[in-house]
Amino acid sequence: MATGTDPETTADAGARTARGGVDTPSRAAIPARHLRRDRWWLAPAGTAAGLLAFVVYSTWRAFANSDYYAAPYVSPFYSPCIAHNCVPMGGGADWDWIGPWWGLSPALLVLIFPLGFRLTCYYYRKAYYRGFWASPPACAVPEPHAKYTGESRFPLILQNVHRYFFYFAVLVAGILTYDAVLGFRDGTGAWGHMGLGTLVLLANIVLIWAYTLSCHSCRHIVGGRLRTFSKHPVRYRLWGWVSVLNARHMQLAWASLVSVAVADFYVYLVASGAFDDPRFF
Amino acid sequence: MTYQAHFKVWRGDKDGGRLVDYEVEVNEGEVVLDIIHRLQATAAPDLAVRWNCKAGKCGSCSAEVNGRPRLMCMTRMSVFDQAEIVTVTPMRAFPVVRDLVTDVSYNYATARAIPAFVPPPGLKPSEYRMRQEDVDRVQEFRKCIECFLCQNTCHVVRDHEENKAVFAGPRFLMRVAELDMHPLDAAAEAGIDRKRAAQEQHGLGYCNITKCCTEVCPEHIKITDNALIPLKERVVDRSYDPLVWLGDKIRRRRGDTERH
Amino acid sequence: MPQVDTQSWDVVVVGAGGAGLRAAIEAREQGMRCAVICKSLFGKAHTVMAEGGIAASMGNVNQRDNWQVHFRDTMRGGKFLNNWRMAELHAQEAPDRVWELEAWGAVFDRTASGLISQRNFGGHEYPRLAHVGDRTGLELIRTLQQKIVSLQQEDEEEYGDHEARLKVFQECTVTRVLKTAGDRVAGVFGYERESGRFFVIEAPAVVLATGGIGKSFKVTSNSWEYTGDGHALALLAGARLVNMEFVQFHPTGMVWPPSVKGILVTESVRGDGGVLRNSEGKRFMFDYIPDVFREKYAESEDEGDRWYTDPDHNRRPPELLPRDEVARAINAEVKAGRGSPHGGVFLDVSTRMPAEEIRRKLPSMHHQFKELADVDITAEPMEVGPTCHYVMGGVEVDPDTAAAAGVPGLFAAGEVAGGMHGSNRLGGNSLSDLLVFGRRAGLYAARYAAALEAAARPAASPADIELAEAEALRPFGAEGGAESRGAAENPYTLHQELQQSMSDLVGIIRKEGEMQQALRGLAGLRARARRAGVEGHRQFNPGWHLALDLRNMLLVSECVARAALERTESRGGHTRDDHPAMDRQWRRVNLVCRLADESAEPAVTDSALGLVRLERRETPPLRADLLALFEKEELAKYLTDEELTS
Repeated sequence: MATGTDPETTADAGARTARGGVDTPSRAAIPARHLRRDRWWLAPAGTAAGLLAFVVYSTWRAFANSDYYAAPYVSPFYSPCIAHNCVPMGGGADWDWIGPWWGLSPALLVLIFPLGFRLTCYYYRKAYYRGFWASPPACAVPEPHAKYTGESRFPLILQNVHRYFFYFAVLVAGILTYDAVLGFRDGTGAWGHMGLGTLVLLANIVLIWAYTLSCHSCRHIVGGRLRTFSKHPVRYRLWGWVSVLNARHMQLAWASLVSVAVADFYVYLVASGAFDDPRFF
Repeated sequence: MTYQAHFKVWRGDKDGGRLVDYEVEVNEGEVVLDIIHRLQATAAPDLAVRWNCKAGKCGSCSAEVNGRPRLMCMTRMSVFDQAEIVTVTPMRAFPVVRDLVTDVSYNYATARAIPAFVPPPGLKPSEYRMRQEDVDRVQEFRKCIECFLCQNTCHVVRDHEENKAVFAGPRFLMRVAELDMHPLDAAAEAGIDRKRAAQEQHGLGYCNITKCCTEVCPEHIKITDNALIPLKERVVDRSYDPLVWLGDKIRRRRGDTERH
Repeated sequence: MPQVDTQSWDVVVVGAGGAGLRAAIEAREQGMRCAVICKSLFGKAHTVMAEGGIAASMGNVNQRDNWQVHFRDTMRGGKFLNNWRMAELHAQEAPDRVWELEAWGAVFDRTASGLISQRNFGGHEYPRLAHVGDRTGLELIRTLQQKIVSLQQEDEEEYGDHEARLKVFQECTVTRVLKTAGDRVAGVFGYERESGRFFVIEAPAVVLATGGIGKSFKVTSNSWEYTGDGHALALLAGARLVNMEFVQFHPTGMVWPPSVKGILVTESVRGDGGVLRNSEGKRFMFDYIPDVFREKYAESEDEGDRWYTDPDHNRRPPELLPRDEVARAINAEVKAGRGSPHGGVFLDVSTRMPAEEIRRKLPSMHHQFKELADVDITAEPMEVGPTCHYVMGGVEVDPDTAAAAGVPGLFAAGEVAGGMHGSNRLGGNSLSDLLVFGRRAGLYAARYAAALEAAARPAASPADIELAEAEALRPFGAEGGAESRGAAENPYTLHQELQQSMSDLVGIIRKEGEMQQALRGLAGLRARARRAGVEGHRQFNPGWHLALDLRNMLLVSECVARAALERTESRGGHTRDDHPAMDRQWRRVNLVCRLADESAEPAVTDSALGLVRLERRETPPLRADLLALFEKEELAKYLTDEELTS
């Protein structure tokens, strides 16, 4: 009797035809590959457009190697600045670690870390798998690829290093916090001042922290890996807070992506002289 | 409030079938399953459909309505425009049996591949002590009604039949996560490494966290954020040195796909 | 006629709900090879609908609780008609059955100290229901399902086959229990729903665990499976049904929209603080406390409200009276014109608890009303009314072994078994009943089968199998003869007419004339059901399935109607408009149904004859030590003077 809970071995299981997925012969024969009538393509298209815009903008700015410092503000793309060719940033994170041989933009040296963090982020992975790779484009809409192994093999198995990028992201966020604090100076380095740029950097760093701390790896490290929360009340509480942030990981990912670009653009405008930073006091 | 709706229902079996048109009465407050039942009682007495509780608790009446995986008993007709054609098909990731009924035995076979809860040795049944905060996570996963909509939607098997041999699917990876988070599960003592098994036997690596399982879950379980990603992180815990682990993986790339 | 697919097992369990799965686990652990047959998919049984919890006197929340108190509550709830030995075993063994679930992986809600939390429920003196939010039944089924899987994993290791000693035949329906010429059980006959193929499973022991009969009524919380299959199978196999007049109408089912009418609103809404109000905003339950319960329930709203936080010094609110009382009260309010717009009353938690707490404690109720009725229960009251929920009556069994009286090899457990709950079941006592008697049925079925092992196994006669096959094929017109003449009847229409008739005439309030009318109607339906015809073929054909289930529903409905007509008093789940009082003399009487010997043509169509014969049986007297658990004054309300003096 074929009514047990064992699957029936069908004859065509081994000899599959070229058609796969929802067109597999044993499945309901429906000509349309999907029957969704809503605008399911809107979300992946929007995601792709947003990410693409950021990539274009950040590539331009990362390679530009100019207009990234306007005392007391530094663009988040160029901090920390660890090459010899950095412009001097009074009291800022310009450390000559690499030496004079490096002739390209110093942004390229550090952007690897936030980029890696975002590239391996569980939210961004979803976003670009869906938006760029159509794997899948939307739920119950077939993906165009004939084979799929996901993140089970090289290179995508490397996504599992997300945690290590998280550690670097914390360091970077720490430095950007320092940059934001330096924003409470005036152009000469005197403390106790503030301008619109200070607010821009502050808003950015708050969002960067919120995004960084809402990371799934962070959630795991602070408490998720525990089996018995009640034996670790402090970590349980931390886990609870991170979980609240984590529920908004997607929103924070986008907000901080926009804010980092806005912060950079603001510094660019001020540094290039296109805009005068309004000083409050 | 009563009106005539235009339905297209897939009728057929594994040898073929088609979408059949029906004009059918719809009354206020009804759900898609009510309409299917009305069809059975009137135009199509042999229309095959699985259902049971009609209250979203048993997970039997899974199907696809206008291309979206749903429980028919929890899909209210009021979400559709009265002029809209409502298309109902069986789940498209599983072999069809007849009409809206599919063969979901893949799920039952997968369930058997996951080692059961291991009771802690030395504790009598009445001696279990667990705090509420320690079981909250597990209880969320145990809300699962096994409607298999997540399994149906997951592109890993929906779009790639061959992956059914190597991928347990969201529902059962969530089951592994549930057991791994159970405060009293004694699998480790019994020599079972649930984290390693998740990666090597149940195909956790195939999941690319695109969250369709979470989107379709009628119980609103956060499958991806609360089960699959934490399980992936637990797997990372197992690989103490990323470089050794990476080399190991690249070398083992070939011939590593059969189910253990 | 081709040979019917035949398999041989030691124990067959019909039904894969809580009782069936628990029985199967036990039989398998006793070393028997056990087959489970269920109409739905494995894990979808009606047990998942149970919401409130499992009653077991673990005393985790109030340490004064113990099995004696639980026993007392159960007897009171059943108005002393319960089979006292079953109630005793149930109260004694329930805690072990709950703890055992935990060792199989169940995860109950916890108390602050890490024990299994227990909640208040109607009729239970102390917080007693182990629960998981309001989805306890799901947890129970899933746990038993996973325990079965773990046993199958053991068998895979030992025999290389998951299904070597325990197999679930899902989506199969049993239509006959097969017997030997010597009247022993020999197996079952059934069909696969998917393919329509017939099969026989030979086994010396059959456990019926098929649940209830609610689908004979129009407004019900029961799923399509509840067509009284086990009740009918037992009758047809020569067993007897007891207490069939007692049908529980749950006081709170949804009343709107029409398509969800009857779906259950868990009693925990009231256990956790929800109150019932009529259209005038009055908490009317204070007007409906019967004399037998007068001292146990609050007299004022203030006292009732204080009870939730200080149960030791206050009495519980009357919303938590046993279900029969609350259902009747709601019925009376609606009849008096004080109902809600859609013919129910208001059940309100929104003014009693903060929204957050409602969402946490009653998640699936919140979800259910939001999704199905567009009602936000944290902001507005629910509309509720009585819905057919449970049948107290069932197969007459031996209390210790769950063996059906009169049919060696037949066992019954869970809702399909009768006696345990008397005239009315307390909430929470169902899940514990499933576990306690499911285990017992499995245990004694296994012992029975093991004892037979040496001797020759009982074999079903081929003629019986052929008869069963012909019976199952009748809706296709495969069988010529008198009854296939005339226009074919639509089984869906017949079913709707049966439901309407039972709801209207043998429902929550009963009258002699109406029940006689119902019996006449049933005779007509029986005749027409013989002509029930279906289109299409045998593969997954729901019309055919319903046509076959009609036989069972009609038989069981006749039992309910006949027994209800006979019992001229009101007690528990049986309320007579023409005999509104409880009568102590009637407490000593059990009504027992059996199949008429002459089940031929005239009996089918003659409402006076019918297919069911009724007998009166005297209830066994309560054991002295159990009697001593009650106060004399209380006993005097239930027991006759002679019983009290002897």
